[in-house]
Amino acid sequence: MGEILLQLNNISVVYSDVIQVLKGVSLSVEKNHIVSLLGSNGAGKTTTLKAISGLLKPENGEVTEGTILYNGVNIQNQAPEFITRQGIIQVLEGRQPFKYLTIEENLRVGTATRFGKPYKQDLELVYNYFPALVQRRKSLAGYCSGGELQMLVIGRALMAHPQLLLLDEPSLGLAPLVVQEIFRIIKKINEEQEATIILVEQNARMALQVAHYGYVMENGKIMMEATAKELSDNPDIKEFYLGMAASGIAKSYKDVKSYRRRKRWL
Amino acid sequence: MRKFSFHPCGNYHENYAQELNIFETDFGRVCLGIFLTLLFFVAPFVVSPYMLYILNTIGIAAIAAIGLNILIGYTGQISLGHGAFFGVGAYAAAIMATRLGVGFYIAIPVAGIITALVGMIIGIPSGRLKGLYLTIATLAGQFIIEYVLIQWDSLTKGTMGITLPAPQIMNWQISGDKAFFFLIFVSLVLMTWFAVNIMRSKYGRAFIAIRDNDRAAEGMGIPIFKYKLLSFGISSFYAGFAGALWAYYMVSITTEPFNLGLSVEYIAMVIIGGMGNIPGAIFGATFITLLNEFLRFLTGVLMNVGAITSLGLNMAPLKEFVFGLVIVLFILIEPKGLAEIWRIIRSSFRLWPFSY
Amino acid sequence: MEFFLQLLVNGVCVGLLYGISAMGFVMIFKSSSVLNFAHGELLALGAFFFLSLVTWAKLPIIVAFILTLIGCFILGFLIERFFLRPLIGEKLIFVIMLTVGLAAMFKGFILLIWGGNLYTYPEFLPEAMGLKFGSIYIAPVYSATLIISVIFLVLFGLFFKKSAQGIYMRSVADNQKAALSLGVHVRRVFALSWAIAALVASMSGIVLGIINGVNVHDLSSIGLKVFPVVILGGLDSIGGAIIGGIIIGVLETFTGGYLSPSLRDVVPYIVLVFILMVKPYGLFGLVEIERV
Repeated sequence: MGEILLQLNNISVVYSDVIQVLKGVSLSVEKNHIVSLLGSNGAGKTTTLKAISGLLKPENGEVTEGTILYNGVNIQNQAPEFITRQGIIQVLEGRQPFKYLTIEENLRVGTATRFGKPYKQDLELVYNYFPALVQRRKSLAGYCSGGELQMLVIGRALMAHPQLLLLDEPSLGLAPLVVQEIFRIIKKINEEQEATIILVEQNARMALQVAHYGYVMENGKIMMEATAKELSDNPDIKEFYLGMAASGIAKSYKDVKSYRRRKRWL
Repeated sequence: MRKFSFHPCGNYHENYAQELNIFETDFGRVCLGIFLTLLFFVAPFVVSPYMLYILNTIGIAAIAAIGLNILIGYTGQISLGHGAFFGVGAYAAAIMATRLGVGFYIAIPVAGIITALVGMIIGIPSGRLKGLYLTIATLAGQFIIEYVLIQWDSLTKGTMGITLPAPQIMNWQISGDKAFFFLIFVSLVLMTWFAVNIMRSKYGRAFIAIRDNDRAAEGMGIPIFKYKLLSFGISSFYAGFAGALWAYYMVSITTEPFNLGLSVEYIAMVIIGGMGNIPGAIFGATFITLLNEFLRFLTGVLMNVGAITSLGLNMAPLKEFVFGLVIVLFILIEPKGLAEIWRIIRSSFRLWPFSY
Repeated sequence: MEFFLQLLVNGVCVGLLYGISAMGFVMIFKSSSVLNFAHGELLALGAFFFLSLVTWAKLPIIVAFILTLIGCFILGFLIERFFLRPLIGEKLIFVIMLTVGLAAMFKGFILLIWGGNLYTYPEFLPEAMGLKFGSIYIAPVYSATLIISVIFLVLFGLFFKKSAQGIYMRSVADNQKAALSLGVHVRRVFALSWAIAALVASMSGIVLGIINGVNVHDLSSIGLKVFPVVILGGLDSIGGAIIGGIIIGVLETFTGGYLSPSLRDVVPYIVLVFILMVKPYGLFGLVEIERV
């Protein structure tokens, strides 16, 4: 087992003092690994990421119990300005570009945590990863396509030299080929930039292909954790997330009795 | 013999009628009765004429503030034009009284209705605009009305002003602070009663729905433009009514007082009293009027102390400063206003000694 | 014809003044969506600081000017820190009324210290700056205004387009959550926008003071004139503020010249209502880019 970068110990998250979303989530992330978080909608994956990155506060949420240790520093309920300066950058769900800024200006916002440092080299780096962005660098982000925007927001996060990158559904609403491209780059970033990545995904197959380790969440709890290899071999995961019957043959959708059987994990 | 009810230790309502009750207990009803008795049968006969003058000013301001609270606190539409609406009411009453010679009992309500129409015209942009854009539109309304009041010489006599005859009913002339006290406070009680009840009706609920989320309200089948206009109408009716009373009380009026400062003062009353709270509007009106009087008094005292006359003269702007400071402090410290403070005091008495 | 041209030139000059007065207002709205009713008082504060430094402290013009700008920068910063920050996320009416309250406080403060008299600055602009085209004359202050407003437009353009801080400010205005996720110090951006706005306001206050004399009532009423200007130009466009200012200025002088002087002051508001009814986001406001 390698060095542990981030550790969540039994955290609970409550929104507006009443709505409990996370009910004791523990997970640990090894350095330079890709860890993927799987789970249905509303399982609390995004909330987990926000608890780490400090973005709960603007939404009136709070970590009420447990601790979040990053490099040995306690970071729960810290301001996002502080957390991002520790090297944790979240890429928000649904690609949130700055619509009225050009691609290049968008990328420059990524340097906010390193204000005043040179950034030209980083721009080159991002354009190397995402050559598609080069020709659109002067156009407004609001008018770019979904794939370009996804590349843009990942690139924008890269500008901050993240140690820990939190990716929230990078494949949302993208064509299969684009998804493959994005995941290839994610893998590459992980290897070349030595960035640890937590990946929240609905596309479990792609996620498990690139990840080293995986957690399955449901109803604000971790239901299962294993290496990516073990998870993709697990018959339940196969059935519910990869759409295969235990035998490995794609199953007709109507045969999946998903909800009732999923409860078995409880 | 009806049973006297006490405060239940929880919400035990069994039907909507109970939920809509104004008074939860008979104790509240009795208290209000005692208060009104004191107000009408004792207050005017014991207090000094100066105090009576202040009370009357408060009463007039309270009527306008209640109206504005219907618009801001309940319907969520901000109007910066209420000072001008107040002026429209005053001028409408004055013109009717001098040109047409109608009695005050007609002139005052009709002035209210005319103002309501003017208010609805100013409220038309609310069909398209929301939030700060609407605020700016009503600001424009304020300036345009002010301009019309000054420039429409043939009707308003411009900067000369109009002098009103004393209101007369049969052969009985209403003049002097005491007589006006009854006119103003009977109106205030009636207007409060009307406002409290309209808020319990379908209209009130529609206003609140529009305030909380106008799109959702529209989705529920509330014609929001119609209701927004209605709210503007009711609210400016109150302002116009108060303006008309004021015109009679002051005897002579000019265009000067009906400026943006007056609009701001009314909004301050609503905020300091407590938004979306009708007694709150009365508290707010009381507070601001007393503050104004106190500051005027202070300035007067400082001016009369011979040695520091020059300093006293310089103290006049203190009023402006303190007024701003009070608004800022209320917003920062108790944005729910005096009504909330009053509620806390009351409930801490009620729950004493186990106040948690 | 000559009358027409002179009116036109006067209108453009007055309009430029409105435009630069509105720039600070737009800055605040652009970054934090606060409608600042105390803008006129900020103009006045700047003008009076400068007045005190020049006439009472007898400082050289340049030193006084720079000190005023620095003072107002700090003032704007403090205003945001102590009055507006607690209200982030509060209802619109509270924010509006807070600035109204601040306006009353500032006005009272100015009246307490300087009184309501009309002051004038000593002459310091060289007469040579006045321009003459045929029979049309542009006074030195107006050409100075023209130069200042162009300089500021260029400076702001560069600041927002090129400098990192400017880009952060635009990013906050654009998508606050995404800006937070990238570590942009949003509260610092708000504070900075108030500080810069107060700085610009003080500068326009000084220019207005040179032209019309320094009087608190006049200056604070300019603060209200800003509303038609920015609505016309679009609440979030600094260039639009200048153009809106020029349109309003020209409109005013023409109404004053051809129709009636009393209509002059109310015409901007009549135009304002019409524009709001037809184009609620103004002539140059950002067209909403909506993706579903």
